[in-house]
Amino acid sequence: MSEGLKQTPFYDLHLELGAKMVPFAGYDMPVQYAAGVMKEHLHTRSKAGLFDVSHMGQVILRGPDCETTARALERLIPMNVLDLGVDRQRYGFFTNDQGGILDDLMFANRGDHIFVVVNAACKDADIAHLRKHLEPEITVKSLDNRALLAIQGPAAEAVMAEYHPRFADMNFMDVDTLPIAGAECWVSRSGYTGEDGYEISIPVAAAETVARALLAHDDVEFIGLGARDSLRLEAGLCLYGHDIDTDTTPTSASLNWAIQKARRTAGTRAGGFPGADVILNQIENGAPQRRVGLRPTGRAPMREGVEIFADETSTDAVGKVTSGGFGPSVEGPVAMGYVTAELATVGTTLYGEVRGKRHPVEVSALPFVPANFKR
Amino acid sequence: MKFTEEHEWLRVEGDIVVVGITEHASTQLGDIVFVELPEEGDTVSKDDEVVVIESVKAASDILAPLDGEIVEINDALTDEPSKVNEDPMGDAWFFKIKPSDLSQMDEYMDEAGYNALIG
Repeated sequence: MSEGLKQTPFYDLHLELGAKMVPFAGYDMPVQYAAGVMKEHLHTRSKAGLFDVSHMGQVILRGPDCETTARALERLIPMNVLDLGVDRQRYGFFTNDQGGILDDLMFANRGDHIFVVVNAACKDADIAHLRKHLEPEITVKSLDNRALLAIQGPAAEAVMAEYHPRFADMNFMDVDTLPIAGAECWVSRSGYTGEDGYEISIPVAAAETVARALLAHDDVEFIGLGARDSLRLEAGLCLYGHDIDTDTTPTSASLNWAIQKARRTAGTRAGGFPGADVILNQIENGAPQRRVGLRPTGRAPMREGVEIFADETSTDAVGKVTSGGFGPSVEGPVAMGYVTAELATVGTTLYGEVRGKRHPVEVSALPFVPANFKR
Repeated sequence: MKFTEEHEWLRVEGDIVVVGITEHASTQLGDIVFVELPEEGDTVSKDDEVVVIESVKAASDILAPLDGEIVEINDALTDEPSKVNEDPMGDAWFFKIKPSDLSQMDEYMDEAGYNALIG
């Protein structure tokens, strides 16, 4: 074990299953198992992958009533929280006064509280941010007694339906509290791979029992962070700290879709979140740069940091790759990155410089593989 | 067969040396998705970066183990990089080099030495 790294409740199970462990966001996490990244990726897209995401932050926001809690969270995120139905979940992000993104998150209306899941690397800062701005009116409770698993892939529904028929009836972004192998789990029909699936919050004491029960199904294998990254990249989903950060705005990140009408200019609760002036102006008028899909036409992967040029000879870069690699389902290199808005049209040919040579890339629609959600 | 600390294997065939990477290296690299080979006729010096291989995880270079001329490349790897995982010690050789000084081979390890290195 590496010094000073935290472990999730599945640490011993990962080792038992032959995981190669690496430091990630302060945790000792499985990057791959014996099968390797490519097979794990393809297994998830064809059957079902199980992911340990217990390093992520699970937070409960509780106020005097749900309307007060929803309105409080709306002070920090440009999403419509108030009109989110009970047991429904939504994607969102914390913004700063400059309109940059502090972290992205999932939040769910659980009736008497809001359940929030944030990124591991940002969770301490996010919790401090929530406390600073919401307490004492709202209690901010960080849960360190719950593990988090995701089961993703076309076989996920059939596996979960063996524990409770309700799992099959849930739609994308529905949330419920249901038993799995005797443990009370908070389950949402969601994930971060582009596949159908579920995210499962489990009391730590039952975590290993639930994981072993799910892994006992023939179609289910544990999948490491390596394949998680290639799956989410093919799905066109942002990785915080790479594709989005405090220097990117929702509009530049092509995330306008996540800001509901109620919070936009002329909406019923327009603005009122950090950076609203910048963000609402950009929704109307655009941002100088845009996040786009980039599809190298050759075979060479273009990884994070590769500079993008308008042609083969120009000296000034017009953009940069923020995530890139090989897409096992696409069977070729895929990337995403930021380019100047004028060059962000799908079909535009640009050039990425790899090892001193420029190779053509095509601006592509995201996702690279069609999403397989249960709508 | 000789081995370098860079996990290459070298097999002498007359006055030509065939170069590839070891099973150990291909396992450590993981699934290989891209191979960029030198050109036939290239004159290279020892430690020049002559091949780029990329796995799902990262890019790595293969260094020329000897001074000499690249006389043949294994083009099949460009279209099927995964061969490097399937048969690194056999079909998935990278290039053949005609060394200008075959005595440069002497510094490299034999199989027992290499096995000791990778433990």
